[in-house]
Amino acid sequence: MSDTFPKWTNKLPAKVMVGAILVGTALTGGFWYYFTPKYVRVGYQPIQPVAFSHAIHADQLGVDCRYCHNGVEKSWFSNIPAASTCMNCHAQVLATDPKLALVRESFKTGKPIPWVQIHKVPDYVFFNHSVHVNRGVSCVHCHGPVNKMDEIYHAKPLGMTFCLECHRDPGKNLRPLDKITDLDWSYSQDAVKAATMAKSAGEKYVHDMKVNASQNCSACHR
Amino acid sequence: MASNGHGDEPPIQPNPPPSELEREPLVLKQRSLAWLSDQIAGIVEGKTPKWWWPAFIVATLVMLMMFYMIGYLFSTGVGVWGLNQPVGWAWDITNFVFWIGIGHAGTLISAILFLLRQKWRTSINRAAEAMTLFAVACAGIFPLIHVGRIWYALWWLPPIPNSYSIWPQFRSPLLWDVFAVSTYGTVSLLFWYTGLIPDLATLRDRAKTKIRRFAYGLFALGWTGSNRHWSNYEKAYLLLAGLSTPLVLSVHSIVSFDFAVSQVPGWHTTIFPPYFVAGAIFSGFGMVLTLMIPLRSLCKLEDVITERHVELMCKVILGTGSIVGYAYGMEFFIAWYGGNPYELFAFKNRAFGPYWWAYWTMISCNVISPHLFWKRSFRRNMIFVWIVSIFVNIGMWFERFVIIVTSLHRDYMPSNWGYFKPTYVDVCTFVGSFGLFCFLFLLFMRFLPVIAISEVKGVTPQADPHHPLGGAKGGHH
Repeated sequence: MSDTFPKWTNKLPAKVMVGAILVGTALTGGFWYYFTPKYVRVGYQPIQPVAFSHAIHADQLGVDCRYCHNGVEKSWFSNIPAASTCMNCHAQVLATDPKLALVRESFKTGKPIPWVQIHKVPDYVFFNHSVHVNRGVSCVHCHGPVNKMDEIYHAKPLGMTFCLECHRDPGKNLRPLDKITDLDWSYSQDAVKAATMAKSAGEKYVHDMKVNASQNCSACHR
Repeated sequence: MASNGHGDEPPIQPNPPPSELEREPLVLKQRSLAWLSDQIAGIVEGKTPKWWWPAFIVATLVMLMMFYMIGYLFSTGVGVWGLNQPVGWAWDITNFVFWIGIGHAGTLISAILFLLRQKWRTSINRAAEAMTLFAVACAGIFPLIHVGRIWYALWWLPPIPNSYSIWPQFRSPLLWDVFAVSTYGTVSLLFWYTGLIPDLATLRDRAKTKIRRFAYGLFALGWTGSNRHWSNYEKAYLLLAGLSTPLVLSVHSIVSFDFAVSQVPGWHTTIFPPYFVAGAIFSGFGMVLTLMIPLRSLCKLEDVITERHVELMCKVILGTGSIVGYAYGMEFFIAWYGGNPYELFAFKNRAFGPYWWAYWTMISCNVISPHLFWKRSFRRNMIFVWIVSIFVNIGMWFERFVIIVTSLHRDYMPSNWGYFKPTYVDVCTFVGSFGLFCFLFLLFMRFLPVIAISEVKGVTPQADPHHPLGGAKGGHH
């Protein structure tokens, strides 16, 4: 008989295996939680050069999204307004407020305000804003309750899962075209009722507007 | 049989069979069981043979060349290879199918010949299974590296839940291939390792140094050779043989689906699965012979891997080579008989188009050379067999090249016609895979018993209870 190994080593393989399973599970779970868009993207809120509040402009004052982001219905790109758009009002309102110094400077020099981009899909993804907002997808669906944000933060994961969840069943996320920028709008105050209505109305929108949310790779990865 | 217990009494052998009907023994010169242990374990325990180091260094350098080329491929892109539209698959997949096919001989020897109780397998199964594993390792490299962005492989190879919410395409034979090859690799490894356990224990018990005793002891899993161990071992071995047997047929069938399921003329052929399996066994035995013939003389194992063994393998080559030749003919017949002008063009183009030289290399190596083995004296001439085995290897590589490249290089529209030429990166990566293969095999033969010691002992003439030298009671341990 061999006495190469002491007796306690008999149980070692089982222990190692259990350990490996535990470590493997922890690693997988940890990766899943900490390295996916739900964690790494949601909540991203960089400090912006100008502390622009969407809550004040969109909610309190009721400025429509498209007043500033006026290309969203026509272009793949939802533009960031130039300082001249701000100055339409701020030439009179808070005309000397030091918080707006950078806006006035940008207006004068033509040098853009260096906003920090928050919502960004990878460069191998082609996302078209106009095709979405013209088929009943509201801003709030991807950007979250922007009208309640003092400063913008990343509200939704915007990973591929997020895109595909809607592309696989678009109906429930569609709404009347005149309610696209009404971020607080809902079919009903009652969540259950709203969901039922969204479902039945969604089917109609999908049919009427010929919504054909593609699931081909090449729809977004061209 | 009581008389057999006493060494000095003459054995009783009523009506011995005539000598011309006597089968050649599987271990020659009445080598004792102790001789077998000493001789086979001696390769591992003795001094490193003089030829080993140069061979190992060359193999390592060639292998490193492959890794360098792969690094270059990753850092630059698949454009460093010669393939491009319309030939999107070329040496990469050729090499993959070539290597994976070679593995099949090991599984056939270890599983099917075991179930069929072909005792001659015992001398060659260990090395052939090792060859299988190393060939699968070489094969696995090519489909992985040909995708370009290898770092995503984890996400699109195995179907695992991921943050993209997508799965691999389950209807694609390429995914089936992932399963087939990984199952094959896993089962082959388990089978090989299970068979190794008693021999690892032998090496452990013979070990002179602590490190050796520890290393072999670790992998011998506490084997003591007790009755219970043997009974469990044999059950496990039988089960694994049963599990591996369908793999011999399924793996290369699925590899053939990579082509047959597509609609490319020249690929879309129902004969592919059996034809590929026969070709795989054909090429595998070619490689086994290429390895075994030098091995038996370098390690002085001529009495264990006998001429009879080589002859039997030649017969397998003859049989499977004939199937392959038949398949070549049948493909042409169906191309004509099927009446599909595109398919007929593909096959005419194969033989007489720009790649005629590859086609006729394949035909001469695969169709003509195995038929030399109809002659017994050829099957018993080691140098001759070795040379033919090399031709089989070459021919089978060309077969895959012909199937892949000639079917692709003429698309339906002449504007989509091309001619594939390999770049030096293609060549060096392929040559480098032989470096990896030899590197692994040289390590194997130096650190593990190249022949299943315990199994060969069971097929020695004297292990037979009816043998005059005694059988189990003969006292020849």
